[in-house]
Amino acid sequence: MTARAVEGWTLDPLTTFVQEAGARLVLLMTPAGQVLAQSGFTRAVDVMSAAALGAAIFASTTEIARQLGEPPFAGLAHQGERHGIFLAPVTTDRGPVVVLAVYQLENSSLGLVQLFFEQLATDLRAASPKGVEPKQVLAADFERELSDSLNSLFGR
Amino acid sequence: MSANGYEAALSRITSVRGVRGAMVVAGADGLVVAEQLMEGIKGAAVAALAASLATRLGRAMEAGGVGTGVFWHLQAERGALLVVPARSGMLVVAVAEPGVNAGLARLELLRAAESVA
Repeated sequence: MTARAVEGWTLDPLTTFVQEAGARLVLLMTPAGQVLAQSGFTRAVDVMSAAALGAAIFASTTEIARQLGEPPFAGLAHQGERHGIFLAPVTTDRGPVVVLAVYQLENSSLGLVQLFFEQLATDLRAASPKGVEPKQVLAADFERELSDSLNSLFGR
Repeated sequence: MSANGYEAALSRITSVRGVRGAMVVAGADGLVVAEQLMEGIKGAAVAALAASLATRLGRAMEAGGVGTGVFWHLQAERGALLVVPARSGMLVVAVAEPGVNAGLARLELLRAAESVA
């Protein structure tokens, strides 16, 4: 399975996580839905959809937590018949990174994904560029940024 | 089964000399349901990896036509992992020292598996 990264520092932690946790699809993105890296996706349109949906879910749960007077949730898991989804944020020097992982119940489990997510979080924090101000993405630039990211990930 | 029921079942396992901890693990998820562990044992890690191993061993046994596993004893240099799957899909797991009385520990694991089934 090939992992590709828009920001190179995410690649090694992502590759290790995919191998250890047995995740089928993984997306690293900003809370706004900017893609940083992916593994397992074969089409740009799928990455685009997953990033948009993941960012929306993350925004919704963050808002629910805010309304409950709680800090943002540490993670969210959803289990279907054959697949499970795990969504969780990691705080890095580059800014918050949201991890979306899809795993097959036949090959992995929520316990394994959670276990190796902790390692991924540690690796991402260690690898993230230090002293870099997180870049704010304006709505006007979002589509171009997304398009650039997808071109970078899928080599167009 | 109530939380107290799990605690009682685990207490019987951890009372066996040489057992350093015991857990009830959801086999499908690899998540800890109940645990009694000595300090230093990473419960979440043991649960996730034991459940993954259980799934794969189960497949191997099925492929080998030897039926369902009833007790696994994995001996390592500095300890042992003992696992009994319950009918409900839960796993009863013990982490033990190398010199544990495996027969007695097995008996208590089987009793615990009956009670969580």
